[in-house]
Amino acid sequence: MQQEIARSEAIEMTYREAVRAALRDALSRDKRVFLMGEDVGRYGGCYAVSHGLLAEFGPERIRDTPLSESGFTGAGIGAAMVGMRPIVELMTVNFSLLALDQILNNAATVRHMSGNQFGVPLVIRMATGAGRQLAAQHSHSLEGWYAHIPGIKVLTPATLEDARGMLWTALQEPDPVLIFENVMLYNLSGKLASDAGAVNIDKAAIRRQGHDISLITYGGSLWKTLDAATALAADGIEAEVIDLRSLRPLDDATIMASVGKTRHAVVVDEGWRSGSLAAEIGMRIVEQAFWSLDAPIGRVCSEEVPIPYPRHLEYAALPQAPKIVAAAKAALGRA
Amino acid sequence: MAEFLMPSLGADMEAGTLVEWLVKPGDWVKRGDIVAVVETQKGAIEIEVYQPGQIEKFLVDLHTEVPVGTPLALIRTDGEGRAPAVAAAAPPPVAKPPVTPLVAPMPVAPAPTVAAPKPSPAAPGLATRIAASPAARRLAEDRGIDLSAIAGSGPGGAITSADVERHLAAAPPAAEKKRTLWLDPAAMRAAIAAAMARSKREIPHYYLEHQIDVTPSERWLAEKNATLSPDSRLLIGALALKAVALAIRRVPAFNGFYRDNKFEPSKAVHVGVAIAIRGGGLAAPALHDTDKLSLDELMSGMRDLVRRTRSGRIRSGEMADPTITVSSLGERGVDTLYGIIYPPQVAIVGFGKVVTRPWVIDGAIGPRSVVTVTLAGDHRVTDGHAGALFLAEIGKLLQEPQKL
Amino acid sequence: MTVAAAKPHLSHEHMLDLLKQMIRIRRFEDKCAELYTQEKIRGFLHLYDGEEAVAVGVISALEKRDRIVATYREHGQALVRGVPMTTVMAEMYGKQEGCSRGRGGSMHLFNAATNFYGGNAIVGGGLPLAIGLALASHMQGDDLVTACFFGDGAVAEGEFHESLNLAALWQLPALFVCENNLYGMGTALALSESETDIHRKAECYRIAAEIVDGMDVVAVEAAARRAVQAVRETRKPYFLECRTYRLRAHSMFDPQLYRGKAEVESWRPREPILRFQGWLEANHMIHPEEVSRMTAEIDAEIAEAVAFAEAGTWEPIEQLSRFVCADSALPTGQ
Repeated sequence: MQQEIARSEAIEMTYREAVRAALRDALSRDKRVFLMGEDVGRYGGCYAVSHGLLAEFGPERIRDTPLSESGFTGAGIGAAMVGMRPIVELMTVNFSLLALDQILNNAATVRHMSGNQFGVPLVIRMATGAGRQLAAQHSHSLEGWYAHIPGIKVLTPATLEDARGMLWTALQEPDPVLIFENVMLYNLSGKLASDAGAVNIDKAAIRRQGHDISLITYGGSLWKTLDAATALAADGIEAEVIDLRSLRPLDDATIMASVGKTRHAVVVDEGWRSGSLAAEIGMRIVEQAFWSLDAPIGRVCSEEVPIPYPRHLEYAALPQAPKIVAAAKAALGRA
Repeated sequence: MAEFLMPSLGADMEAGTLVEWLVKPGDWVKRGDIVAVVETQKGAIEIEVYQPGQIEKFLVDLHTEVPVGTPLALIRTDGEGRAPAVAAAAPPPVAKPPVTPLVAPMPVAPAPTVAAPKPSPAAPGLATRIAASPAARRLAEDRGIDLSAIAGSGPGGAITSADVERHLAAAPPAAEKKRTLWLDPAAMRAAIAAAMARSKREIPHYYLEHQIDVTPSERWLAEKNATLSPDSRLLIGALALKAVALAIRRVPAFNGFYRDNKFEPSKAVHVGVAIAIRGGGLAAPALHDTDKLSLDELMSGMRDLVRRTRSGRIRSGEMADPTITVSSLGERGVDTLYGIIYPPQVAIVGFGKVVTRPWVIDGAIGPRSVVTVTLAGDHRVTDGHAGALFLAEIGKLLQEPQKL
Repeated sequence: MTVAAAKPHLSHEHMLDLLKQMIRIRRFEDKCAELYTQEKIRGFLHLYDGEEAVAVGVISALEKRDRIVATYREHGQALVRGVPMTTVMAEMYGKQEGCSRGRGGSMHLFNAATNFYGGNAIVGGGLPLAIGLALASHMQGDDLVTACFFGDGAVAEGEFHESLNLAALWQLPALFVCENNLYGMGTALALSESETDIHRKAECYRIAAEIVDGMDVVAVEAAARRAVQAVRETRKPYFLECRTYRLRAHSMFDPQLYRGKAEVESWRPREPILRFQGWLEANHMIHPEEVSRMTAEIDAEIAEAVAFAEAGTWEPIEQLSRFVCADSALPTGQ
């Protein structure tokens, strides 16, 4: 089925398809890799990410599990400890809470606790975020919580390149890596180079250059932030948009270089405001770039409410481009 | 002779109270025998002895709380006295392992040194950027001091407010410096820019608008001015200033300063009069004790301020003293003027131009002279309710110009 | 696998070895209690007195290449498995010569050389881990057995049920060993489980299960040999409910308000060491002299372990952030 495609040719595809391509690539290249999670096999994946993979790789490598988040996450941990490279798919971050004990008390802790005798090279993928009117229990953004834990890495691919390329790099890590895929991104469509491959997982990316203000964000909020930057440009404000890509570790160098240049910063984070990742980034900026600041650091986060069901309320509860524009202008004294 | 110590039984046990001995002096004990009961915060726990021998004597009284490690009893171990009965599987007496002192004491964490935050590397093109704290910047700005003249003693050589204060104490008064500035339009514009940006950044403005029928005021002015020479005629602006000053007595929350996170009301009323300067500048010096001036005094005061402002001879006290500002664009102006508060004041009143409008009087429509007055208020100090009262009062006062 | 492997070896040498292993655990635990009262060992200390037959009987049936997951009451399992006593004691002290570099303490004994996967302090938390180890065996096609020790308290946790279900559903080579000592910390089994016959829960998940007299080391070993052979040959899970009793408190700081002294004393004559030794002596299979010699050797080993731990060194504070991730050059703040 291989078509001859020029190496640099770009193909139109969705974020979902990019993740699927990443999975297929990993499963093909490394026999130790297998995917385990609820409805990843026969159903084709809750978000259709693993559609077709069962037929291609068989039930041993595409394992449907019962609704036992703790059980199969722990199983992924154990298997990783003795030479396998499991990819555990927790359907969403909302259900990952049932596996929190395994993730924190085993995956993140075994290496330190055992004095470096055992490591856990496990990748856990989860869907995250709100925006589909799924109401309070299905709309969390808890990647900031996970970024609090030493011993793991936390990634938030927001572009097709990252959806395609972060997985392989994550599988090479000797320690656990959590990959958060925002639910609003699966349908995102764009062009991806046909030879797109592994990408780094430790650097933030400047998605838009600017000199007036640094807008720092990740995941599903990236595209809203870019929209906000376009709106700001119409008012003569050139915003620099930083896509964090990795929430743990955070790429301080890129953030501080940008804030040193623009002297203003707004952090956009879909988590709830209090104790958010935005708070962590704000504090780091204070610690490392205080003297460069010309205004208090702003943040646009979710309102402190359980995410509501009706569309207008859900919209009001989440970060949106107009709020980001307003926050940027406030920081620049242009309210 | 060996000592039997109060044992540690838990991570958070610091002391225990012996409540019962289960043996007495003279009894023989072997390793593992329960010899006493200790009361702890969790309950009574039986404690065992690890040293075989004969109880020689007790060292503490019952029912006293003692710290972990306190000797509770002496145990004779040298084999004197009656030989112990051999228990079925009793092991040969084990030599007590010598208590070796720790070869290396538990390392103590070094006294934490808070790493001084490194100033961010200067971005290209900003090599001359001065590192100064927000507080220092504000103080320097308020006193008209150039930051580059100050040596910084903060982390990485940054300038702190203490550095600015030190500089002030040593430097000549700022007033002279301020005066020179007025003759430099670029510097003035920069100062205005800084003040306005700060205002919009820090002060949560709210806006109210009110239309006032000033026909009575105009009629009264026309009558009054008919008897006065041109250079002493009253303008409606004077009435407006006096009305504002008197309205403040009813609603004093708009008169004063917001500093250090609190409002300091001012007893005196010094209305700042916004004056446009040829060449594009703007100043708003104070008319001191506006509420106490007669209209004639107020009018001549205004004329004097305008003349001196436009020639750069305003005193620093006049610049720093306004407790509220009134701005008007006069006849060349627009219907409605929204102002930006001059910090640290907490309000600015704007008057549009007087226009003839259809108005309802006693159920009939007729032409009246109407002016739109606006209030921009600092929402940290006042709210719309107070603002409405204030504007309504101004409107009321302008209905009876003879009382101003 | 020959039939002979399924039967316990009742040779003299083996009997002595079983007894010695149990006494070794008992005296080690005893020494730990003493050291704890002297504040040499800190944190929590959970001792195995009365349950020695379970660790000794089960682990004797495992091969060196098999895998073991245990709980926070795992000194016995670690010692029988062959984790050097010196490193276990040093670990209890927190010295970097300990089997987990002193990082874990009493509840987190790990040892890669003996395939000892902890030392898990979350009740029930080790079961999914064991499932993972067994899943890897299944996928890698080896013949290893993963043995998972847990107590009656773990049976209430969701992870117990998830793990048993997964093991049966995916046919994983896991040996579940439930040490039913009748108490989950301070709560009696009857107050925590609607069904107190724990092996029946395994049967509900279609896992072959047996009750074993956990106070009889020979019975435990016999059952374990059968179970290990079954797991190794059929690659299906097996469940042993070992009925035993904890002679000491749950941990050192426990006044045992939840059970009466009479009950505890009633179990003492049934405890595994007394019982086995008595049986051996009654059958003239052992000489009191041999026991004395054995005990002296053990005490010497313990003294050596204590000296080793006392002489051990503290991990330098500068190394605090090493081994959080494999790349120890990664700064802690990230």
